[in-house]
Amino acid sequence: MTFSPELEAKFEKMIANYPPGRQKGALIPMLLFAQDEIGSVTPELVQEVASRLKVKPVEVEEVLGFYTMFTREPRGKHHIQICTNISCMLTGGEELFAHASKKLGIGHRQKTADGQFSLEEVECLGACSWAPALLVNYDFHFNLTPEKLDRLIDSLRKMQ
Amino acid sequence: MLLNEPHPLEVRVLTRRYVYPQAEPIGLDQYVAEEGYDGLRKALAMEPDAIIDEVKKSSLRGRGGAGFPTGMKWSFVDRKSLKPKYIVVNADEGEPGTCKDRVIMENEPHRLIEGCLIAGRAIGSNRGWIYIRGEYRQYIECMDRAIEAAYARGYLGDNVLGSGWAFHLSTHSGAGSYECGEETALLESLEGKRGNPRLKPPFPAVSGAFQCPTVVNNVETYAAVPDIILKGGEWYAGLGTPRNGGTRLVCLSGHLNRPGVYEVPLGMNLLTMVNEIGGGVWKGRKLKAIIPGGSSSPVLRAEECDIPADYDSFAKAGTMLGSGATVVLDETTDMVKVLSRLMKFYAHESCGWCIPCREGTAWLKTIMARLDAGVGTTNDIDMVDQLAQGMLGRTFCPLGDAAAMPATAIVRKFRDEFEAKIASSQVFLPAPNTQPLVVL
Repeated sequence: MTFSPELEAKFEKMIANYPPGRQKGALIPMLLFAQDEIGSVTPELVQEVASRLKVKPVEVEEVLGFYTMFTREPRGKHHIQICTNISCMLTGGEELFAHASKKLGIGHRQKTADGQFSLEEVECLGACSWAPALLVNYDFHFNLTPEKLDRLIDSLRKMQ
Repeated sequence: MLLNEPHPLEVRVLTRRYVYPQAEPIGLDQYVAEEGYDGLRKALAMEPDAIIDEVKKSSLRGRGGAGFPTGMKWSFVDRKSLKPKYIVVNADEGEPGTCKDRVIMENEPHRLIEGCLIAGRAIGSNRGWIYIRGEYRQYIECMDRAIEAAYARGYLGDNVLGSGWAFHLSTHSGAGSYECGEETALLESLEGKRGNPRLKPPFPAVSGAFQCPTVVNNVETYAAVPDIILKGGEWYAGLGTPRNGGTRLVCLSGHLNRPGVYEVPLGMNLLTMVNEIGGGVWKGRKLKAIIPGGSSSPVLRAEECDIPADYDSFAKAGTMLGSGATVVLDETTDMVKVLSRLMKFYAHESCGWCIPCREGTAWLKTIMARLDAGVGTTNDIDMVDQLAQGMLGRTFCPLGDAAAMPATAIVRKFRDEFEAKIASSQVFLPAPNTQPLVVL
């Protein structure tokens, strides 16, 4: 299994950041960056990362179940993550999630039939002073209202 | 860029180079032109013990939540140890209500790099990692660019500014786990494992990353260090109150007119902070309560909020300064719902390592969900408190306490709201059986 030249270069640099023999340290970032490129953590990816870091495949499986950003199923092209934790809840995060769910016709951790959108209710995104906030893939959007969310979804839809 | 319009009551030390509005991060050239890396130059000419003494004099305390004196933490590292020593930055900002570390990384990444270098020099380290939560990909990229620039100009590398001392620094991405903000869980994660906490002692200063002596501090803690070295510990200490040195970033959020991240001296009155800097409670409403140090800190009722915001005053008020998160709740806030949401969070984030936390958070979530839905009983209210008491101090890491403390505080301080919710419920429930099941 090979990745894009940029990612291969990144991995080479990344593994060198850990002490000799402790290259397992690169496991979590490596898996996440690889997932971003190929869309999900496939059984082949587990094998590939395990062999590159000289760990057993089960050591890769162990972390997969622990960290919430990993997924074995491909997500939508635009993965919308809406925070409903305290500061966002106080400023309308839950209503925002309900609005997005209704507009897209999908619930928590579901994907639209055309594969364009997936939705997730997430815990604190560290954007509390600009609440309510959400992430589309890795892009933050702040101080949202249902109207702003509508416009955001419409503009993402046009990007296809 | 995430910047708020400066407020006249702010004391800007850490954020003094920020201009509003700011379009780009402060680059290396501008940073160097405005005293940047001068603290490092000074530190390179100092004895390691003198650096630690200066930090001790500043009475800088950890800005991540626990508030441990930073200089003392550094002094625990045995510099004579034959093992490598490591610097780790905790940028896994995840405590609900907290959004300050991203402001530092986004606006002035070199300040963090300089802080790491000085800390590395103080403990005799040659390697550091900045552990940044996975969702903050844009700040990982921002730090990577700054690190690359610092390498290119000799601030990082095998020969830092020609001193003969090597220091290497890189970012490390998390992948979604609140628990990894706990220092030993973070170290496990850095080693490529599940983020379960370690038994302490040994503390990281003795056995940390890869079983080597390690200093783990929050982003803001490291970011405060360059000015302390440059201008002196006593100057920094003088900005705050005794034993609570300097300034800190506060993250004002919730029902406020002007939420945002602001820099204030330690010891500023909490109400002044909320009413003046934060612009007061929104929509002309009254204040009900403040969660003063992140969601883990016990809530303060409006009448308890007229206190100085420093570590010791907050401890005296039965709460904690935590991470500087200040969540303001207006008079219409449903406290049962607030607690129910928080318990859902802790149940989701418990790593499952310790049974009191794994089971306790799950039960707190279940009981709070039924109380919030109006199908709870008065027994449930007591059970929330009892469960929380059963968790306190009985887990490897503070996540169990973090769930228990707000639960106890909200149930005790706002019990009337819980009872009112039960009384107003339209759902029919049989009267609870008060007879003991077994008579001994």
